[in-house]
Amino acid sequence: MPRVTFREEICKGCGHCIVACPKHIISFADRLNAKGYKPATVTEDKMKDCIGCASCGRMCPDCVITVEK
Amino acid sequence: MAVVFDRPKALLDVSTHYCPGCTHGIIHRLVAEVIDELGIIDKTIGVAPVGCSVLAYNYFACDMFEAAHGRAPACATGIKRTNPDKVVFTYQGDGDLASIGTAEIVHAANRGENITTIFVNNCIYGMTGGQMAPTTLIGQVTETSPYGRDAKSTGYPIRIAEMLSTLEGATYIARVSVDTVPNVMKAKQAIKKAFQIQLEGKGFALVEVLSICPTNWGLSPLEAMDWLRANMIPYYSLGVKKDKTEEVK
Amino acid sequence: MGEKVLMKGNEAIGEAAIRANCKGFFGYPITPQTEVSAYMAKKMPKIDRVFLQAESEVAAINMVYGAAGTGVRCMTSSSSPGISLKAEGVSYIAGAELPCVIIDIVRGGPGLGSIQPAQSDYHQVTKGLGHGDYNMPVFAPASIQEMVDLIMDAFDVADEYRNPVMVMGDGMLGQMMEPVEFKERELKEPVKPWAANGLAGRAEHNVINSLYLSPEALELHNIHLQKKFKAMKENLVRYELFNCDDDCDLIFVAYGTTARICKSVISYAAKDGIKLGLVRPISLWPFPVEAFDKTIAKTKHGYLSVEMSCGQMVDDVRAVVMGKKPVEFYGRSGGMIPEPMDIYDKVKEIMGGVK
Repeated sequence: MPRVTFREEICKGCGHCIVACPKHIISFADRLNAKGYKPATVTEDKMKDCIGCASCGRMCPDCVITVEK
Repeated sequence: MAVVFDRPKALLDVSTHYCPGCTHGIIHRLVAEVIDELGIIDKTIGVAPVGCSVLAYNYFACDMFEAAHGRAPACATGIKRTNPDKVVFTYQGDGDLASIGTAEIVHAANRGENITTIFVNNCIYGMTGGQMAPTTLIGQVTETSPYGRDAKSTGYPIRIAEMLSTLEGATYIARVSVDTVPNVMKAKQAIKKAFQIQLEGKGFALVEVLSICPTNWGLSPLEAMDWLRANMIPYYSLGVKKDKTEEVK
Repeated sequence: MGEKVLMKGNEAIGEAAIRANCKGFFGYPITPQTEVSAYMAKKMPKIDRVFLQAESEVAAINMVYGAAGTGVRCMTSSSSPGISLKAEGVSYIAGAELPCVIIDIVRGGPGLGSIQPAQSDYHQVTKGLGHGDYNMPVFAPASIQEMVDLIMDAFDVADEYRNPVMVMGDGMLGQMMEPVEFKERELKEPVKPWAANGLAGRAEHNVINSLYLSPEALELHNIHLQKKFKAMKENLVRYELFNCDDDCDLIFVAYGTTARICKSVISYAAKDGIKLGLVRPISLWPFPVEAFDKTIAKTKHGYLSVEMSCGQMVDDVRAVVMGKKPVEFYGRSGGMIPEPMDIYDKVKEIMGGVK
């Protein structure tokens, strides 16, 4: 099952990944990271829908996302 | 499971100063991915501009120069001519390349300098707080065009890709965008081709990348992408403007 | 080499650079130094080195910045208006601690001025030329032989201190022809681990840069640079004392071709029993303060600064002499060359004698 990992401490909460994800599984977390942004994340229950396309990674300006397949 | 997407090695593992959603981050990553894929990190030398990406020298893992405003192509010329076996790229914004640096980019292109230029066009001067750029659209409000850019007083936005394509010395000129995943992938292909042209000794290559500036446009990152699509792409058309790779040498 | 050749100054400049292992020359035509570019255009490609006529003097100095940053010896040449254009680039080069040599063949100014010889760039070049806290050694030859030797020294000095170095002549030195000998000498080209010439397996990347966003960091950088300039002041002073061994009625202060004219006046005045001496600065920066320490007691009527300008070096003479003896000025501007007899008249006027 493909999986995405977010380095939440460097996420700036821009939202490009959320728009890019074709399965709409990315959302902003409810907490703030040290930079003061709400980091993007995929909750475990949504992870099963990840197809490992890396669209999110491709739109991320901060190399927050690692995609494994 | 294997990692299929990760931070490229040619980008140092540091947090950037760019605003949330700024497409500099995407473009830096594409250049770094290309450097990784072509295996050229050890012989690449990049030249950073004056502008938001002035600190690019802190982000790319290869040897870097910080050039004076607009002079990156001249700096790159000095590097490449005396070190022809190295891969030299400039990374410039619209103030750096299209305003103060027009002489330097025109002449580097005209001489067919064997360098690669990444030109980031976001219709505004970001670093200094949102002033009018030569690429600012008619009617666009900026700090120095507070009533909207007026062609009578300040002329029309310059289409750099088309302008440079008229020069014999230019081998490959393309305009791309990084507003959607398909466009990002096309942008990467163009950037890769631009570096490959240098590796093959085939002359000057420039990729103009349409980009957003959410902070100075006064929009959210997502709104800014919409604005780019609605306003910039109609004026700055995407596509390869010149490709004489086959004819060179 | 051992043999003397008759060479035009501007061409000798090019040849001196080549002998000093200059690998890249980036120039632009401007009278009266265009022959430097023309000479390099012919010679450099033949020995597999780089010559490029840049699109402007601004582009040329930035090409030097690029080449110098990769550890390569390089040079640019221009004349007064073009030197003004290079000011920003030279400041960047000094800030990034890059070695390079810059040639200024001075013409009349201000503005477009004239194409005739002058010495009116003194102020700008001895103050570093560009913005910010830094200095640039400036050497002023008075003959083509000296110009050749100073240029070869300049490359070594630039590499030693990682700083731009200027050799400044005037239109006469550029255009005239004199016999020159290119002596064999050992080049002092150090290894440059700081050069940004490709990682090649290096763990840390090298960055050529003069931007320090943190004022604390920039102050530390400036303190570091100032240590270099202090060392330059201690080690790079050069001057000639001519006819100053005994007491003099008056001592000229003059450099470059003007110094040669003053030497003729010294001979002429000697026939009238007037004893004149000459302090000839060869380093304009650092200014040869000790030349004045050595001569101030010997001059009855003080110093006369003779320049092809409206009075620029005289400010430094006054600053050094600090009112202990009179300091006067005689000069011509606009490209006019001072006449020996006019200089002599000024001497007699200062001495209170009859014309």
